[in-house]
Amino acid sequence: MSSMLEISPQEIEQKRLYAEMGLSDQEYKQVVELLGRRPNHTEIGLFSVMWSEHCSYKNSKPLLKKFPTEGPHVLQGPGEGAGVIDIGDNQAVVFKVESHNHPSAVEPYQGAATGVGGIIRDVFSMGARPIALLNSLRFGSLQHPRIKYLFEEVVRGIAGYGNCVGVPTVGGEVQFDDSYEGNPLVNAMCVGLINHNDIQKGIAAGVGNTVMYVGAKTGRDGIHGATFASEELSEEAESKRPSVQVGDPFMEKLLIEACLEVIHHDALVGIQDMGAAGLTSSASEMASKAGTGMKMNLDHIPQREKNMTPYEMMLSESQERMLLVIEKGREQEISEIFKKYDLEAVAVGEVIEERRFRLLHLGEVVADVPVDALAEDAPVYHQPSSVPEYYKEFQAMEDYQPIFENYEETLLQLLQQPTIASKEWVYDQYDSMVQTNTVVTPGSDAAVLRVRGTKKALAMTTDCNSRFIYLDPETGGKIAVAEAARNIVCSGARPLGLTDGLNFGSPENPEIFWQMEKSVDGMSEACKMLEAPVISGNVSLYNESFGKAIYPTPIVGMVGLVEDTSHITRSDFQRAGDLIYVIGKAEPEFGGSELQGMLEGRHFGKAPRIDLVVEKERQSSLLAAIQAGLVQSAHDISEGGLAVALAESLFGEEFGCDVSLTGNAAAELFAETQSRFLVSVRPEDHEKWEQLVTEAVFVGTVNNDGHYRLSMDGETILDTPTKYLKDAWKGAIPCLVKSKA
Amino acid sequence: MKFAVVVFPGSNCDRDMYHAIKDGLKEEVDLVWYQDADLTEYDAVLLPGGFSYGDYLRSGAIASTSNIVQQIKEAAADKKPVLGVCNGFQVLLESGLLPGAMLPNRDLKFMCHHEELRVENVETMFSSEYQKGGLIQLPIAHGEGNYYCDEAVFQQLKDNEQIVFTYTNNPNGSTGDIAGIVNESGNVLGMMPHPERAVESLLGNADGLRLFQSILMYWRNNHVIHA
Repeated sequence: MSSMLEISPQEIEQKRLYAEMGLSDQEYKQVVELLGRRPNHTEIGLFSVMWSEHCSYKNSKPLLKKFPTEGPHVLQGPGEGAGVIDIGDNQAVVFKVESHNHPSAVEPYQGAATGVGGIIRDVFSMGARPIALLNSLRFGSLQHPRIKYLFEEVVRGIAGYGNCVGVPTVGGEVQFDDSYEGNPLVNAMCVGLINHNDIQKGIAAGVGNTVMYVGAKTGRDGIHGATFASEELSEEAESKRPSVQVGDPFMEKLLIEACLEVIHHDALVGIQDMGAAGLTSSASEMASKAGTGMKMNLDHIPQREKNMTPYEMMLSESQERMLLVIEKGREQEISEIFKKYDLEAVAVGEVIEERRFRLLHLGEVVADVPVDALAEDAPVYHQPSSVPEYYKEFQAMEDYQPIFENYEETLLQLLQQPTIASKEWVYDQYDSMVQTNTVVTPGSDAAVLRVRGTKKALAMTTDCNSRFIYLDPETGGKIAVAEAARNIVCSGARPLGLTDGLNFGSPENPEIFWQMEKSVDGMSEACKMLEAPVISGNVSLYNESFGKAIYPTPIVGMVGLVEDTSHITRSDFQRAGDLIYVIGKAEPEFGGSELQGMLEGRHFGKAPRIDLVVEKERQSSLLAAIQAGLVQSAHDISEGGLAVALAESLFGEEFGCDVSLTGNAAAELFAETQSRFLVSVRPEDHEKWEQLVTEAVFVGTVNNDGHYRLSMDGETILDTPTKYLKDAWKGAIPCLVKSKA
Repeated sequence: MKFAVVVFPGSNCDRDMYHAIKDGLKEEVDLVWYQDADLTEYDAVLLPGGFSYGDYLRSGAIASTSNIVQQIKEAAADKKPVLGVCNGFQVLLESGLLPGAMLPNRDLKFMCHHEELRVENVETMFSSEYQKGGLIQLPIAHGEGNYYCDEAVFQQLKDNEQIVFTYTNNPNGSTGDIAGIVNESGNVLGMMPHPERAVESLLGNADGLRLFQSILMYWRNNHVIHA
């Protein structure tokens, strides 16, 4: 049955060739049982990619079940290309986050670029027009030349793809920590807009219907990409460069326009992009979901290179390819639409009744496996977990208290920490305005895009403070969700839901699995409390290099609905004379803070506490005040504490301020106590505001004199030109990038 | 007045241009696919920004070889307003409708933000609604917007008052701070900044709207005279 040139089933078994493809002995045995015989080379290839963590979630499935995924507005939860949430007027928002960590570690430009391309396809394959991109990036210290290279090239790759394809990159975050030194994180999120009746599904329904292939030709790039994504990075990672795909954003742009035309055609039955595991996953998943089977003739697959084997074709992760199921006899109508865009849609197979996935090549059957064996029957592992020693130590520690001398110097240094410093160097390279919907451009708490033709707008953000999650995964998980929601609320929106990008080390390490378990527990609880269901997501495990795991980094990508564009609120102070308020009292909590990292060079102790009931109350009352038109600006107090938040709110127009505080100076200025907000209010609104947000404390006023002035118990401890602080904050990253190490 | 927005494969500011005319200027406008266009029925031709043909080979180079360029040249010869923004400007340069060429930005990076421009010439059909020497803000978003021409051409541009917009804080290294130029007849404007992104205050800036209003004023005046 297998081609003469290929390795025999016997050899695969005897030489344990399946192990090189990432399958365990046990998994191999399971395949043999499912087939009732030994798999040939192509077949074992199919199983190895479909049963990789990246495609099967075999290690994370039991955890993912804990997330709340339903809500009154959820139209599509996890399981399709992307999740969908109703926003009224027959419209819905579609979004998902996806990781491209390992490719970006070895080939940063293409790794990041194709990450963007992949997530865009997930969104338009749902029938939605992609309207925004966000990116959550993590790198090691910018002191190292290699990290600088990775950072610059990842940003250039995101820009190169997103700018060309015409989807604005409107937000995201970049953080730096040594734990990401050998294994950077590149998570891309795409948001789309759709009318309810246009929502598509990736199903291969209707026996006899035609399977069509459209887009770029299949080459030998990206073979085993999904497997590569599911193992630890090693010294041989460089040799995996051929596992990294090459992107063509121009082709993607043509595909977007053509596919969005095709979805309105009634001959279309199902559509799915070829992402991880390429043809194998798209075809087998479409059949599996529809309860059908599929037969494909690989001779018809458009090929970029000569003499490609079935194994190579099925495992290729060449980019910009889509698989469609079309009503039999109507292929020509669909081809005509693609032809307009110089794209060729090719019939490559048909939907069959028998629930088999059958591949033909040069007149021979080269693979014949049960459809569900690939997509549904992947093993599920309940990994053991154990509490790490470090956690026990941290919990037993006395509360850390920072020791520093000069307030101004400390603030100045904090503003130059790469995680806090201005990211303008990054986002200036992204076209954030194309499609002309971006009301709040990068740099505020969340990006805001209006929904053209309505009063509505969408707020979106990505967040994850992994330092807190490292110290205490459950508390940190709650904080990640709460902070994202805070950013959404500060922009004048109500959180709708979120997509999670779970980035962890190896799940086979019980201590790492414990981090996964606990952070998912914390996130789930916060999702329930803040009424933000998880509608899509991605899992990226084995983020380790040289035996060292990254900080647990479950990224939260959240979208919120602004009911009226007049509610849109920014984090910058708007006017001199406005009154400054703080919601939430500072506590001397410095575990995992930027200040601790800056002073001690590491993070330890307890994460700040969070009370989700308090969080919810504060978010609700702030949003009510914003909707009542009482708020001029709102900013969440996060990295670097109130002193940094205040500086950031002054920077836009280089305002000055006079602020008076009392109590523990270090805590008031720099603690990263949770559930806190910095708000400015017009003087004439102060009574109404104070009635509505009873917890708000008046701390000072915005003025025109361009000086950041702050007193503690009556004594002036900061009196610095705003511009001086702003220049330091703005110049930090360009300076680090340019400096020669 | 009826505008055509020419859509090439890879154009991505086409809809923005369409909405600027339809919702901002409130005039008639069609998106015209490059293959099946008949530009004779339109009063003005707009070439939008984006990455026609992925900017492969050179920005605007492949689009400039398509058949529709002949029609664009005819529209220009008929003294119709022809506006190319960003990639549209690059197409106009590559087609020879405007002099000069485009280089990668001085810092070799794509950049996207608002820039301050000075309106150098208000005697054109694209700028009559501005004040001479007036300062306006328009977004830029390009990787290859470093306008280059030799000394002789630059002198000619100055002598003929073909320079319409200049940057006050040159972001990309353009010769003579040039942000936008017209041809000798004054009816073909190419510019890197995006007026179509600045037509409503909700998005922070409406300085671009006056450019389109200028075109409309010119057309109305012309039609009244010829009526």
